[in-house]
Amino acid sequence: MSHGLEQLYQQVILDHARERHGFGLREGAAAESFQVNPTCGDEVRLRVHLTDESRPRIRAVSWEGQGCSISQASLSVLADLVEAVDVKTADDLAEAFRALMHNRGQALDADREELLGDATAFVGVAKFPARVKCAMLGWMALRDALVRALTTIDDGIKEN
Amino acid sequence: MTSRATAPVRRATAGAGDRFEPADARAADEPGDTELVGGALAAVRADFPVLSRTVRDGRRLVYLDSAATSQKPMVVLDAEQEFYTRSNAAVHRGAHALAEEATEAFEDAREAVARFVGVGADEIVWTKNATEAVNVVAYAMSNASVGRGGQAARRFAVGPGDEIVVTEAEHHANLVPWQELCARTGATLRWLGVDDAGRLDLDPLHAVVGERTRLVALTHASNVTGAVSPVAEVVARAHAVGALVLLDACQSAPHLPLDLRALDVDLAVFSGHKMLGPTGIGALYGRRVLLEAMPPALTGGSMVEVVTMETATYAAPPQRFEAGTQPVAQAVGLHAAVDYLSQLGMGAVAAHERALAARLLDGVAGIAGVRVLGPTDGRDRLATLSFVVDGVHPHDVGQVLDDAGIAIRVGHHCAQPLHRRLGAHSSARASAGLYTTPEEIDAFVDALAGVRAFFGLEGRR
Ligand SMILES: Cc1ncc(COP(=O)(O)O)c(C=O)c1O
Repeated sequence: MSHGLEQLYQQVILDHARERHGFGLREGAAAESFQVNPTCGDEVRLRVHLTDESRPRIRAVSWEGQGCSISQASLSVLADLVEAVDVKTADDLAEAFRALMHNRGQALDADREELLGDATAFVGVAKFPARVKCAMLGWMALRDALVRALTTIDDGIKEN
Repeated sequence: MTSRATAPVRRATAGAGDRFEPADARAADEPGDTELVGGALAAVRADFPVLSRTVRDGRRLVYLDSAATSQKPMVVLDAEQEFYTRSNAAVHRGAHALAEEATEAFEDAREAVARFVGVGADEIVWTKNATEAVNVVAYAMSNASVGRGGQAARRFAVGPGDEIVVTEAEHHANLVPWQELCARTGATLRWLGVDDAGRLDLDPLHAVVGERTRLVALTHASNVTGAVSPVAEVVARAHAVGALVLLDACQSAPHLPLDLRALDVDLAVFSGHKMLGPTGIGALYGRRVLLEAMPPALTGGSMVEVVTMETATYAAPPQRFEAGTQPVAQAVGLHAAVDYLSQLGMGAVAAHERALAARLLDGVAGIAGVRVLGPTDGRDRLATLSFVVDGVHPHDVGQVLDDAGIAIRVGHHCAQPLHRRLGAHSSARASAGLYTTPEEIDAFVDALAGVRAFFGLEGRR
């Protein structure tokens, strides 16, 4: 087996792909996003669950979908990372992850590495351009769901 | 020189039984065909420069993605280069020497391709690929449906109450254009299903193809299951009720002797890049009388006779369907490709690939946790094999094989309905070509056998 393949399928990734944290859609979501990877037909439905505060934080995400080990592991790690964080942090995470996916297999700076935690294991994905979309699928869904949730809240504020 | 296909090498695998005998010899070698084994096969491989390259840190490339696109022999690359180097010019216009040469090369290509599929040169329309060819027909029918093409084009017109029939095995290219045609015209789309093995189910043929059917569009061979369709039965029924038949010959043209006249289809499409030719060229075949009656889809330069500010009259086919500057160098490349195929002999190609199919089926049958999508007998099928590995997503299967230098395709292969019918979201697909060796099949089988173990599942045979 080549180094590239070992780096792609790190144990953390294989474990998350099996465990799938956050799997199973839950009720009471602020918004939901459905994303498809048209090249392979993989799909995810992801919900964001927010707190009741006036400046809501993410309570958790729940999701269901079909996909390869990279996309499933990425969603699982995402679910861990965004639990109980504010929306700004979730944005920072998504941005850092996107940067990692475009970093040609190199690690990011120390601050962002720390922010990403387990998600740094996806560093090897960037060497396989065809797999970047797999790793990004969940993060696209998260960003989309957050935008939807926040516009709904904004609309609600305007209406009241 | 003539010889029968060698029997597939069979491994001692439980349950494999006798299922993989290359049973039918209908497409067997024609006189003059050289069997593609040993030195002959090595010589053929030497014609394809890309096959000798390495990938991923020095692994020898094992190219098993020919159903997506074939590799090209040197003669095809040379023909294109020679054309650009010596004779490049716009065709059918200009009165200079180069224009003459280019036009001749372009029309010679049409003749060669027509001969290759058993039809007349004036029945071959160049398109950029099979997808465009299907769309040319679908939009011609649209145009006929709103009265374009006058009385002669009435047989292409469809509307509410009319039916277009496809099959569940179609590539999206031979499905979505018909969905769209129906949406535009109010016609109804119906389809023939496939059985659990992916074979076309003909039981409902008479119920589905009937008096309301105007066109039946079906694939000659599935790009997913490799199953060859029972074209004769479908054609007989369609013609009995006055419907036209359009055959998607994308997957048969590179692998089987193809005689469109003998198949008695009315229209057919195929893509150059899958049959050793360049990208950017495909063809639409239409029976002469049909092309004469069919209104154009794309319009503009080169396809007209007299143009005024208000209106235009159209050229005779095939030019009527070739608007704009044509893919001349690509046509020249495709000419070289069909010459190359004819020299090998499509009988020999088919026999070689039948043996490869048997070897593929046999090898995969011996691996625990692999389910084949499609027929598991070697009868009427190509050396194209789609499968799912229990517990491992196709994308991950492809990645592990790629690490061994083995190129396969993963995804739904532009056939989502067929995957849904066969109970899979997506699959991995190994597809051979005339240059594929038995050793490459073995390398694939071997690598596949290690996939489940790689992901920590119950592993090797
Ligand atoms: C059976 C079949 N039909 C149609 C097509 C479409 O060919 P193209 O993309 O060259 O137009 C393909 C190729 O993928 C195919 O395999």
